[in-house]
Amino acid sequence: MKAKLTATAALMMAGALALSACGGNTSSGTTAGGGDAAANLDGRGPITYVQGKDNNNVVRPLVDKWNAAHPNEKVTFKEQTDQADQQHDDLVQHFQAKDAGYDVMAVDLVWTAEFAARGWLQPLKDKMAIDTAGMLPSTVTGASYQGTLYAAPESSDGGILYYRKDLVPTPPKTWDEMMGMCSIAKANNIGCYAGQFSKYEGLTVNAAEAINSAGGSVLDKDGKPSLNTAEAKTGLENVAKAYADGNIPKEAITYQEEQGRQAFQDGKLLFHRNWPYLYNLATTEGSSTVKDKLGMTALPGTDGPGASSLGGHNVGVSAYSKNKATAADFLKFITSEESQRFFATQGSLAPVLTKLYEDKELVAKLPYLPVLKTSIENAVPRPVTPFYPAVTKAIQENAYSAIKGEKSVDSALSDMQKSIESAGAGS
Amino acid sequence: MATKLGPTPVKSPASGGAPTHHGPKGVGEDNKILSQGKWAAWLLAPTVIALGIVIVYPIISAIMMSFQKDAGLDPATGLFTAGGPAGIQNYVNWIAQQCSAPGGGTLACPPGTLGAQFWSATATTFFFTIVTVTLETVLGFWMAMIMARTFKGRSLVRAAVLVPWAIPTAVTAKLWLFIFAFEGIANKLFNTSILWTGSEWPAKWAVIIADVWKTTPFMALLILAGLQMIPAEVYEAAKVDGATAWQRFRMITLPLVKPALMVAVLFRTLDALRMFDLPYILTGGANNTTTLSILVINQIRQGFNAAAALSTITFVIIFLVAFIFVRFLGANVVEQSGATGKGKK
Repeated sequence: MKAKLTATAALMMAGALALSACGGNTSSGTTAGGGDAAANLDGRGPITYVQGKDNNNVVRPLVDKWNAAHPNEKVTFKEQTDQADQQHDDLVQHFQAKDAGYDVMAVDLVWTAEFAARGWLQPLKDKMAIDTAGMLPSTVTGASYQGTLYAAPESSDGGILYYRKDLVPTPPKTWDEMMGMCSIAKANNIGCYAGQFSKYEGLTVNAAEAINSAGGSVLDKDGKPSLNTAEAKTGLENVAKAYADGNIPKEAITYQEEQGRQAFQDGKLLFHRNWPYLYNLATTEGSSTVKDKLGMTALPGTDGPGASSLGGHNVGVSAYSKNKATAADFLKFITSEESQRFFATQGSLAPVLTKLYEDKELVAKLPYLPVLKTSIENAVPRPVTPFYPAVTKAIQENAYSAIKGEKSVDSALSDMQKSIESAGAGS
Repeated sequence: MATKLGPTPVKSPASGGAPTHHGPKGVGEDNKILSQGKWAAWLLAPTVIALGIVIVYPIISAIMMSFQKDAGLDPATGLFTAGGPAGIQNYVNWIAQQCSAPGGGTLACPPGTLGAQFWSATATTFFFTIVTVTLETVLGFWMAMIMARTFKGRSLVRAAVLVPWAIPTAVTAKLWLFIFAFEGIANKLFNTSILWTGSEWPAKWAVIIADVWKTTPFMALLILAGLQMIPAEVYEAAKVDGATAWQRFRMITLPLVKPALMVAVLFRTLDALRMFDLPYILTGGANNTTTLSILVINQIRQGFNAAAALSTITFVIIFLVAFIFVRFLGANVVEQSGATGKGKK
């Protein structure tokens, strides 16, 4: 009898381990309210800056420079992992614990609205205001929620259409032109076009680009889904049709950034949509076969440049911070021309200040800047919504089925619309 | 648990009229036993407290959370507000696949919501569990039989077999991701052009192959331990009696190794039901490879309370499976040790 009881207990434990492994992240439930946005506005003193892994070693030199100038308001740099999801969860946990130890943090563009709506980010107005006049407008939109700026744009990113300039004499301006040039790819026995179509965040980027470039939008101005339009349909249909025709090679359904880059560098693609980081690798890597054949242009749209999805990071101040005055100064320091130039030269991060894109010295070092400027100027931030995690899943799930042809474009869009409506309807 | 630690029943010296041969020491002995019990309690306390903090508290907190609504957006301020009590609504929503409808109430979850994936994720989880555990048992048994023999370089083989098990699952998943890439080794080797992670059945098989590769050694080791408990004399006697190899396997090896085998299968089943990192990294849950654990993690990012309900459901499912194993298939670690304890007496 006793043995049976202990057996049951042991099993309970085993099962419980499973549960606690799952439930471990969910430290506290109700999160409404957030911090007091009016408190500690004049607080000065040491602060902590939190950011994902500093791969290009740009943050430490900047922090050192700040610390040399501000011995009483030193910044400590806390480095997170290089996984975006883990960075997000780490921030959420510290916000939920109302941790004053996380003063300033890098916030991915797509988390900004969520954190703002939770009341975790300090609105950047009045005493906290920063100057956004010289910044690219789309980066400012990407850091705002309901008309209020909640974070300072730190770095930007936009999609670029890379092409083989040895095969394509004049780059296409529109999607139809590009599809028309696919005969060149066929004649050379290579794939025509690929982006990132594997089912992950990159697919949201690509699907939103297709929809935005055709004149549609995922969400309207009020944050309500607006996918039941002819424009949205044209956009998604363009991609689905290209995949069905073989203009997008079938293996592209497994491509994330790296696989696509590899295929393009191996000379297997005529056109490829990717981020600016491809440029350096494709022109310097020994295995690249396209070193001297690399052309760059803006993403194609309906009758002109298309609308890239905006990438990049913002820097926000925690509503729980005790030293918000110092934090505000640090934001200004990070978005200053000097720091932005350092980000660009040292870390190849796209600046948020418009004038740096015409800077001769920088353009010489980063030749893609003019193209990237067009891209970012026409860019649309990915749907700005506090329900971003649900929205991106709804887009990925349905766009994936539509591209693979398992579902009609019409029903994919209508399911996307319904899923996003349901997410926004509250619990 | 505490009573089990006492080496002998406490009653003997005090209640029994006739003192034992310890005689005069009787009272001191009693004190000693009492203080031993106290000692045990003190020694156990840190473990109990630690378990309480890391297991009991999260479970209770998760269960309590699961009865709360997720925060909703206040349309006037654009800020989140606490959801309030939900009753069993979160559970009903998962099981009936209902999602919030705009304007209140619920509707059948449209494809693209996590709610729409509950039953398919459950089916996927069980499919993976049944297929991988079956394959691992068969292969593991075979490997164990080989390792149990005496031959030159046996220790080398045993060490080599362990290598896949020693690699962290996340690393394994990345390795297999490269192997199963379109331009990867798998396609090059077999001269095929399969989109391993791009369509349903190849994706499922990719996960199964990677999982079997990784966890068969674990199975093999547990079974090997069972095999080595079987005395060689039994086989010799059977041989003398003229039993064939197949008969020896069926009539001796199988029944005698069964307790160890059942424990191994139970462990693996519980593990497989929680499968997360392999499909998460290999396929991202695309093409119907989303398991319950992946669904929980995805839901955490969208709402903690619904995620708490889902992880409780997962817990109940795993517990039921474990219960069935113990109750009907006789895979009982603890009963076994209880029986041997009695035997010693």
